[in-house]
Amino acid sequence: MQFMLLFSRQGKLRLQKWYVPLSDKEKKKITRELVQTVLARKPKMCSFLEWRDLKIVYKRYASLYFCCAIEDQDNELITLEIIHRYVELLDKYFGSVCELDIIFNFEKAYFILDEFLLGGEVQETSKKNVLKAIEQADLLQEPWMHSVLRE
Amino acid sequence: MVAPSLKLQDLIEEIRGAKTQAQEREVIQKECAHIRASFRDGDPVHRHRQLAKLLYVHMLGYPAHFGQMECLKLIASSRFTDKRVGYLGAMLLLDERHDAHLLITNSIKNDLSQGIQPVQGLALCTLSTMGSAEMCRDLAPEVEKLLLQPSPYVRKKAILTAVHMIRKVPELSSVFLPPCVHLLHERHHGILLGTITLITELCERSPAALRHFRKVVPQLVQILRTLVTTGYSTEHSISGVSDPFLQVQILRLLRILGRNHEESSETMNDLLAQVATNTDTSRNAGNAVLFETVLTIMDIRSAAGLRVLAVNILGRFLLNSDRNIRYVALTSLLRLVQSDHSAVQRHRPTVVDCLQETDASLSRRALELSLALVNSSNVRAMMQELQAFLESCPPDLRADCASGILLAAERFAPTKRWHIDTILHVLTTAGTHVRDDAVANLTQLIGGAQELHAYSVRRLYNALAEDISQQPLVQVAAWCIGEYGDLLLEGNCEEIEPLQVDEEEVLALLEKVLQSHMSLPATRGYALTALMKLSTRLQGDNNRIRQVVSIYKSCLDVELQQRAVEYDTLFRKYDHMRAAILEKMPLVERDGAQADEEAKESKAAAQLSEAVPAPTEPQASQLLDLLDLLDGASGDAQHPPPLDPSPGGALVYLLDLPCAPPPPAPIPDLKVFEREGVQLNLSFIRPPENPALLLITATATNSSEGDVTDFICQAAVPKSLQLQMQAPSGNTVPARGGLPITQLFRILNPNKAPVRLKLRLTYNHFHQSVQEIFEVNNLPVESWQ
Repeated sequence: MQFMLLFSRQGKLRLQKWYVPLSDKEKKKITRELVQTVLARKPKMCSFLEWRDLKIVYKRYASLYFCCAIEDQDNELITLEIIHRYVELLDKYFGSVCELDIIFNFEKAYFILDEFLLGGEVQETSKKNVLKAIEQADLLQEPWMHSVLRE
Repeated sequence: MVAPSLKLQDLIEEIRGAKTQAQEREVIQKECAHIRASFRDGDPVHRHRQLAKLLYVHMLGYPAHFGQMECLKLIASSRFTDKRVGYLGAMLLLDERHDAHLLITNSIKNDLSQGIQPVQGLALCTLSTMGSAEMCRDLAPEVEKLLLQPSPYVRKKAILTAVHMIRKVPELSSVFLPPCVHLLHERHHGILLGTITLITELCERSPAALRHFRKVVPQLVQILRTLVTTGYSTEHSISGVSDPFLQVQILRLLRILGRNHEESSETMNDLLAQVATNTDTSRNAGNAVLFETVLTIMDIRSAAGLRVLAVNILGRFLLNSDRNIRYVALTSLLRLVQSDHSAVQRHRPTVVDCLQETDASLSRRALELSLALVNSSNVRAMMQELQAFLESCPPDLRADCASGILLAAERFAPTKRWHIDTILHVLTTAGTHVRDDAVANLTQLIGGAQELHAYSVRRLYNALAEDISQQPLVQVAAWCIGEYGDLLLEGNCEEIEPLQVDEEEVLALLEKVLQSHMSLPATRGYALTALMKLSTRLQGDNNRIRQVVSIYKSCLDVELQQRAVEYDTLFRKYDHMRAAILEKMPLVERDGAQADEEAKESKAAAQLSEAVPAPTEPQASQLLDLLDLLDGASGDAQHPPPLDPSPGGALVYLLDLPCAPPPPAPIPDLKVFEREGVQLNLSFIRPPENPALLLITATATNSSEGDVTDFICQAAVPKSLQLQMQAPSGNTVPARGGLPITQLFRILNPNKAPVRLKLRLTYNHFHQSVQEIFEVNNLPVESWQ
């Protein structure tokens, strides 16, 4: 996978994970164009489109679009499963996830993604293991109380 | 005490509360100022919260570069919260373009070697996301060590980090290749998955690695077989399919290893058949595995039966209600249609049904595939479907559909008539979308099918009468009517309903095309030339045609003007040649020689100007000199500069025909009659290839104030000669130098006897009828010697 973008129906970016090195300017340009292209698609169209030299796989869940760019030799159908698995993980973590959860807890969305994919490849296929890892990391986060006391 | 900084979620709340873009900007700028101050002051406690806020506004598109150094500090901190946010910041704000990125290398090294597992995880994740080539070289030893760590949590991440490192620094393959075979024995799905991904990466980069890993094919087959057969563990399954992610990755590696290698392909044959037949296809997960299996089967040296099975799976996919599945099926079948043509043919009806897809990307693929499936046995049925599709297809597919149909028709037309009908239908349905050479091709095709001339001209006439807007159609129709106008009027054609057309209608139609604002300049050229040709095909007088030609002599379009002037000259001075010049065209050579005299497109023009055969050029230019000479002498209307033999000069091509050789030295004209401003002049031509033939053009002019009407000229010659008289151009000569009447006499004089003429003229002039009979004995000797 080259990158994954999450954006709202108004085109507001909610998460951007880039697995290829690009300048800020290029990232902004790609994001803008791709968001426009995907938002222009009608509901009855298929989830795949060809864009530049990449294959784009996207799926809408409620008010959020999940959009991945994969390479020519990658399997589109399994990418749909990747997207779905990520949504399931978010859902399990936040308990019936909605867009607001992703907005207010964007760092968590990144942390969860980083336990599922690494370097653009799937690292863990067990939902249970991913969620366990996040749980343990969350426990390590020094709670707010401690930091206030130290002041 | 400094006011406590906003919590992340409070800031997000505030930003979202902003009613306008300007307000949002204000809030953010204010907060960023606080954050900057906080960074300057070096507050370690809240640093992670400040960076988190900065990362949020960064996602909204605001600058956040001043947070880069803070990432470094946070990563170096001992607190997990700091590291978590710091590494996230590094992944979002730092990349290999910034020199600063190298500064985290040390922290990463420390975390990799001494950190607790979650910290190692963070470091590996960051390294595999934004690690530059230098970082990878530096940190390879650390990652290599972690490959052997007992904890699967860290190992699986280390393996995928190795994948990234090899992508950045291919030489590191030698470091990460050795552990692979061992890692394949692991049971942990994450480790297995990572290992297979790593092996895939190694094999794709190096043929040596590829050869090396062929030996693990049996092991891979075993792993996959175990996955597929021994029930599923809920932990790794999706919709009853065991770990589809792992299955797909194994299948992909098998594809790479089995490609072009008989032995490996054979080893995996049975397993592939098993997966292909047993995978649950009710949900996307199963179909994803099935799809990958099909791709693998088609790419390796698989048994024929297996290949057919794979194509059939794709055929079944085409019937799936999920349009994503149909999409991948169409894309794959398109890739296979050449290599496995007969297998794909079996699914032709389903493919044709997919033309009706509402999603344009699917219908486009269906169109491409349908066109690829046309062959000589299914051409009629397929063309019917495709033509129906052409009528209703979305505009951006029209051009491809039209040219696809034309190409297929060319390759597989069962009969010429079918071919003509097909092209005609395409031109009427999608005329504006056809390629430039469609016109040339169709005229070529019609020209060569003599038995179909009457049929073609009628159909084209009907089509033209209905609609003069589709330019390619109009051009072909005009050409055809010009060439075969006589057949159009004859009235008899079995294959089509009898059509009563009269000459005036035909002329009116062509004039309409000429005048229409929808007609392109090229089209008008066709129409004008067609009108000109009709002057020899039709029975009636040519006044109307001559008038039209005359009008266009002052047309603003230079090309049209040039033609009109030349045609007019043809009427006036070369009337005896007119019939010969305007004869039906011989069938032209297909490949570019003189494809079509009207070809205006620059591409065709380039072809033609190269291909004009050399011997005809001197002929053409001789004639041009002649025209120049005569025009100069008679002070005629402005003649454009000498034509170069480019397709723009239609007259050049007309005259290039073998039946119109250049005349020898001109014989002087002879005035034989004059009365009250009415004059009769004779001009002579002796064609060099037929010395017994003498062509005389009699021209009647009128410089008086009164019109000459009902003009009839009759002639007689001595018995040793033969005389043939053609119809005059008209019987009226308007007053004051109005359009003259010309008439051609053909005299055969094989014995070279002196030519004498007896002429009888009758006409009305100044309300009086005039009759004059006289002999002409003083013809120049050159006309008969």
